Amino acid sequence: MAVWLAITVGGLYGCAFYMLMRRSITKTLIGLILLSNAANLLIFVAAGLTEAQPALIPADSYLPEPGTADPLAQALILTAIVIGFGVLAFAMALIYRAHEVLHVDDFDALKDADE
Amino acid sequence: MSYLVAAPVLIPMLAGALSLVAWRSHMLQRALAVLGTGALLISAILLMIEVANEGIQVTEFGGWPAPMGIVFVADWLSVLMVLLTGITGLAAAIFSLPGTTLRMEHAGYYALLHVLLAGVAGAFLTGDVFNLYVWFEIMLLASFALLAMGGERAQMAGALKYVVLNLISSAIFLTAIGLLYGLIGTLNMADVAVKVAALESSDRVTVIATLFMIAFGIKAAAFPLFFWLPASYHTPPVAVSALFAGLLTKVGVYALYRFFTLIFTADVGFTHEVLKWVAVFTMLSGVLGAAAQFEFRRILSFHIISQIGYMILGLALYTPLAVAGGVFYLAHHIIVKANLFFISGATYHLRGSHDLSRLGGLWKTHPWLGVLFLIPALSLAGVPPLSGFWAKFIVIKAGVALDEWLVVAAALLTGLLTLYSMMKIWMEVFWKATPPETAELRGVRPPAAMTMVIVALSVLTVLIGVIAEPVWQLAAAAADQLLDPRAYIEAVLPESAQ
Repeated sequence: MAVWLAITVGGLYGCAFYMLMRRSITKTLIGLILLSNAANLLIFVAAGLTEAQPALIPADSYLPEPGTADPLAQALILTAIVIGFGVLAFAMALIYRAHEVLHVDDFDALKDADE
Repeated sequence: MSYLVAAPVLIPMLAGALSLVAWRSHMLQRALAVLGTGALLISAILLMIEVANEGIQVTEFGGWPAPMGIVFVADWLSVLMVLLTGITGLAAAIFSLPGTTLRMEHAGYYALLHVLLAGVAGAFLTGDVFNLYVWFEIMLLASFALLAMGGERAQMAGALKYVVLNLISSAIFLTAIGLLYGLIGTLNMADVAVKVAALESSDRVTVIATLFMIAFGIKAAAFPLFFWLPASYHTPPVAVSALFAGLLTKVGVYALYRFFTLIFTADVGFTHEVLKWVAVFTMLSGVLGAAAQFEFRRILSFHIISQIGYMILGLALYTPLAVAGGVFYLAHHIIVKANLFFISGATYHLRGSHDLSRLGGLWKTHPWLGVLFLIPALSLAGVPPLSGFWAKFIVIKAGVALDEWLVVAAALLTGLLTLYSMMKIWMEVFWKATPPETAELRGVRPPAAMTMVIVALSVLTVLIGVIAEPVWQLAAAAADQLLDPRAYIEAVLPESAQ
């Protein structure tokens, strides 16, 4: 399972960087979305996978049983998803607005626009 | 446990929230801007006094002991950076008062300013790697909005580049955090330092260190990943540019200092050697880029890059003298660079342009502004006895002590070319006659608030230069703490001391 997920993560990173290297601004945004998801999935895999061992603490115990899933990694991913969502939503709004102002979807065409 | 450590974050957060509540009242928003940033500065001074009296201060949020909970740690470097945040924040808030349009206030200008400062202060104080990521994002989101505010052509183009490159950097940062957590299972900085030092092989740590270096390198605008900075920093309102120029890239530099003294010191021969060459190329490419520019704020933007090189060089040489020099450089640079941007705002107010070819004749009409420009400009170039001379002197002296002649030569050359750029601005803006197409004296003089800020920061620059000893002591104390992280680790994890 970990191997397949690791390959998926690698594939996502590959696709993300491929998209980021395109000149199209919209494709760059897609690249950023893939990149943030790849990073989230990477934390998930890197923290170690456990099957059928939910992170629940038995009623009479203070600590979870050994071998349960690591809840911190999932908390990190949840935070990263929320932040990523906010930031990407802003990026999308910005790209939309930039398209309205600049009428281009090409990073090369921006070379002189910032002067 | 001290709540004062959290105050530099809580105060701007609160001020930002109140600004949103006072959405309709411009007077209230303006008062809050000055009061909030003023309170931030006062809390930073109080925190510094506490650190001076009682050593490193730690706050554990929710009473969860480290490494379980998130901690804020104030050591000398953190507290110095927070103090500079307070100074720059207050200066930017006062400078904004005359220039900010109602439209910008309606778009939440002051609220965003407070949130930006909260993010910066949080990044300086946090003792948790993931929490640092969160503060970075808070800071970035506020800066995105401030940068794009107004929605002009140049701003859109600048903001796009800025946003895309910073998001890539954030994703790399997050990747590095994931791998670090997977390797050692903790994210508290002190705990990470202990566990990384205990690892038998440092190969994987070096890979992760390189990822962190790339992520912070983009944020700090280090070679070869600096192109977003000169594309965007000259587009927003001047007060925003000054705040960005003073503080935002320095957060990246601060993170490099923190990570590459506390955590990633196992393979100094590799990581710091890379940093050294990054520093050399950053210095040279920044200063050479500036020579080709003819727009006031673009020249200054390129000089941010070259100065970042000096700061990274201080870290890369990794001796007590060099690191202290780097810290001194950080302190000096934040004040001087913000001031130069403020002055560009004052000249814009007088002549209505940032283009050097359309400026001119200000020495005749506003000689005092010329003097006020020369103080930070010569300080940036490293002319004695101003603050920049000592900063450069210490870093270069550390290079000489290590026989790093190539690096020393690059640093000296950069200083010389900086002087050339500053003189170019001086000749074009102040000395030459006013070009015929430029209307002379659009306003008779800049508003008092602008002048006040520029004078205050210039006086500070002179003071740091003339009375360099206390600042040097502070930088040396910060460097001692950085190079011997035992005190930091003991303050965060008392039980690990036994």
